[in-house]
Amino acid sequence: MQVEFRTHPSRYRHWRLSIDGPIATVAMDVDEHGGLVPGYELMLNSYDLAVDIELYDAVQRLRFEHPEVGAVVMTSAKERIFSSGANIRMLAAAPHTWKVNFCKFTNETRNGIEDASAHSGQTWIAAVNGTASGGGYELALACEHIMLVDDRSSMVSLPELPLLGVLPGTGGLTRLVDKRHVRRDLADYFTTKADGVGGRRAVAWRLIDEAVPRTQWASTVDARAAQLAARSARPAGAGIELAELEKTRTDDTIAYRHVRAVLDHDRGCAEITVSGPACAPPADAAGLHEQGVAFWTLAMTRELDDLILDLRTNETELGTWLLRTSGDPALVLAHDALLLDNGADWLSNEIMLYLKRTLKRLDVTSRSILALIEPGSCFAGSLLELALAADRSYHLFGLFEDGPAGTSPAAVTVGPMNLGALPMGNDLTRLQTRFFGDPEALAAAEAAVDMPLEAEAAERLGLVTFTPDDIDWAEEVRIAVEERASFSPDALTGMEANYRFAGPETIETKIFGRLSAWQNWIFHRPNASGPDGALRKFGTGQRADFDRRRV
Amino acid sequence: MTAGDYSERIPNNVDLREDRRLQRALESWQPNFLDWWQFMGPTLPTRDVYLRTAINVGREGWAHFGHVAMRDYRWGIFLADRKPDRRIGFGQHKGEPAWQKVPGEYRAELQRLIVIQGDTEPASVEQQRNLGATAPSLYDLRNLFQVNVEEGRHLWAMVYLLHAYFGRQGREEADELLRRNSGSEESPRILGAFNEETPDWLSFFMFTYFTDRDGKYQLGTLKESAFDPLSRTCEFMLKEEAHHMFVGTTGIDRIVERTAQLMVENDTDDVGPYGAIPLRTIQKYLNFHYSVSLDLFGSETSTNVANYFTAGLKGRWSEERRSDDHRLTNDSIMVDTVTDEGQIGYTEVAALVGLNTDLRREYIGDCQIGLQRWNRILAEAGLPQRLQLPHIAFNRRVGTFAGIESTPDGQLLSTEEWQRRMGEWLPTDVDKTHVRSLMRPVHERGKIAAWIAPPRQGINGKPFDYDFVHLA
Repeated sequence: MQVEFRTHPSRYRHWRLSIDGPIATVAMDVDEHGGLVPGYELMLNSYDLAVDIELYDAVQRLRFEHPEVGAVVMTSAKERIFSSGANIRMLAAAPHTWKVNFCKFTNETRNGIEDASAHSGQTWIAAVNGTASGGGYELALACEHIMLVDDRSSMVSLPELPLLGVLPGTGGLTRLVDKRHVRRDLADYFTTKADGVGGRRAVAWRLIDEAVPRTQWASTVDARAAQLAARSARPAGAGIELAELEKTRTDDTIAYRHVRAVLDHDRGCAEITVSGPACAPPADAAGLHEQGVAFWTLAMTRELDDLILDLRTNETELGTWLLRTSGDPALVLAHDALLLDNGADWLSNEIMLYLKRTLKRLDVTSRSILALIEPGSCFAGSLLELALAADRSYHLFGLFEDGPAGTSPAAVTVGPMNLGALPMGNDLTRLQTRFFGDPEALAAAEAAVDMPLEAEAAERLGLVTFTPDDIDWAEEVRIAVEERASFSPDALTGMEANYRFAGPETIETKIFGRLSAWQNWIFHRPNASGPDGALRKFGTGQRADFDRRRV
Repeated sequence: MTAGDYSERIPNNVDLREDRRLQRALESWQPNFLDWWQFMGPTLPTRDVYLRTAINVGREGWAHFGHVAMRDYRWGIFLADRKPDRRIGFGQHKGEPAWQKVPGEYRAELQRLIVIQGDTEPASVEQQRNLGATAPSLYDLRNLFQVNVEEGRHLWAMVYLLHAYFGRQGREEADELLRRNSGSEESPRILGAFNEETPDWLSFFMFTYFTDRDGKYQLGTLKESAFDPLSRTCEFMLKEEAHHMFVGTTGIDRIVERTAQLMVENDTDDVGPYGAIPLRTIQKYLNFHYSVSLDLFGSETSTNVANYFTAGLKGRWSEERRSDDHRLTNDSIMVDTVTDEGQIGYTEVAALVGLNTDLRREYIGDCQIGLQRWNRILAEAGLPQRLQLPHIAFNRRVGTFAGIESTPDGQLLSTEEWQRRMGEWLPTDVDKTHVRSLMRPVHERGKIAAWIAPPRQGINGKPFDYDFVHLA
């Protein structure tokens, strides 16, 4: 089965998106029969990947297509239930790789929601108009403000541990204590109590921001939304339509306008080439708006985003990604400059935020990433981030002897875009992370801004890993790819995840590191997924039979 | 140097003229190699030596003789001819085509194996560098230098593989092969046995018989390798290694012959006063070199070697002549052990992990052949004495027997008793002093030292009194 991430509100089966001036409403209305895979029904607004793909699409469109929207209300279109979280039968039946990839994507979407509240002036409000359990409550936790209807029966809960023997997998534990500052002992109690907590107690424990009587529900939600929308600096006016991405896909290639991947199933790798802009950027923000979705940075980012999601979900056996770029570094830097110079412009801001999120996807991708820096490439500024996100990079020293005449040796260029606009999940730039604890090396790399650095200089500054010349190149790359393919994929994923995130912890790094690692371990243990495990016994009327030994 | 110069200076059958990578690598390596030869090679100044130079792999080509100045010796790069459609003969890849390139999966292991093999080659040149000053004849001096230049060529062979197939890392390792030196305090050779100087010619012959024979067996396992260039390189090296064995075998032949002759002539076991080496001393040197060489085969069991076999990197001796499934996943082998009661015995282990034992046994069987030769010389001289290989547990420092002491007959000894009696079986300072006292150079044509018999014939049909070496 090939999972497709491109969708459009006209094709949504699970969400209703409506806009009323500065306020958008995203109402969850899951079609029970709309699951991605046969074998389960999406009862009680439970979700699977299909539901989350639509949510992701809605989040993106609200940001680009609706500059006028300053607040987004997430609510349920069903009676008495907000959402019951990820579908349990789907989780119980899904292979481990699927569960992990599903959780990763849903986490990224929830991080994207928080990013909108924090950086886009588009504040998300959870209008929890019925019980929100598990992943349902975690959706609410990703919103800036949580309102719960106070009807003496609607609760918020995280029942995964007592009912399913697993953890809430989309950041719930982390957000309770790190974001909402719920006291740890109360959080402990809450997370072991399957029924959850509602009303004034939920407010007192900071599980929600307000409990609203049924009679005042609609008016209070409206008022709160208006209040939060009023804080936004987003301008009124038309947005940029995210027209359907043009994509051709076969078993061996995935091609868009600026991004192309060759899928090498024999070698277990994907060779990805990102093309730089073909011409100079428009002169100003007005020109940027005019180009809209065709503006290179936005177009390239959308394509890269879709490619990452496609490969992660559909090509799990392509364990190594080789990243190349092609084009004129000066044009990449010029596009970067236009965006940075117009940081106050909402679209310019959105494009940079989107590029940031897409690069973060790369950071948490469980594939070995090697950047290949060859003549004719444009690893500069925003595209240098690809090389910095890679686990290793190979920078050709000199030229290929049989390469085209008139080319000059490959160079990488640190640009202003590398100095803060595109932080990783740890809130540091990739340069800061790369040179963590080595301020002199960081300063030297940052001081090289706007200077094309050929292999020797790039290696000296620590920006690239190896600099083979023409004679060694093909063999070094071949051996690196083959060697990578021979190692345990699990151990590689673990190693890479550890090395990619040097430095401080943030909510994001905790979710993708600590929470996901524990969750993935628990998923794999017989106590969850064995024949007598809690996940498998759920809904059978039988109790799980645990191995009682603590590990 | 131009591409043309390379093929002239470096005889080869690896298409060096066309291979830019190799040319570039050798360009920086060759001057370092020549420096190394200058500083760490033979110390005796010579004008030229009657040497065999391999110029191609055919029967004619690798037996090309002539007087050459050693610094101008043409160290060539030769691989045995490629067998079309060669298949992997063992392990999990059995039956698949042999690899013409290094699979990335096994790069690290293959590189390690080649580096370890390569490290021993220059080591023996370093160990033997002072022997020229005490050569018993020009014939022997010439043989020493022949062994030396061929060990140098074997280093080239390994360096070729590192340069041609292992990229920059390979080049760095090739440089390291010249930076480590036998006996060096800062950067010694990898294997301990290669850090002892070869002090005298009896040791030299013993070394070429026993220790070079270990090399032969290691090369034999690498000849089976799925990595075809390594296999072909080792196959050709084995031909040269045979000459080194010959030097050892006939060298000991001639010492035994001379000793036997003097024993009969003088009706005594103690031929020391007659300027020869007593049989007892020969036995002690034999005990030492044999037991040290057994250690080179490693522990009785090894998971590394099991992995090498399964991966197809290193086979068994004469792999194709074995009649099993060549995978060994369900087989077992009895390996030597010290039992819980402290006795020498056997224990059964999976065949894969017992491959070191398998190889050591092949080696022991081969060593026995030399003993039969030497004992025939004693028998033909009418003497009742016989030389023998000591027990496998004798004087071992690696493996299961490292923790016990035993006599050459395999009787267990306490550590104290071993300390007290080891001089009965291993060369003592007195023995060594005596042997060393006999080491006076004989550099005149047709003459030979008193402690060794002349060879039956010279080299390449030349008589013994041929001018094999012109000293400087």
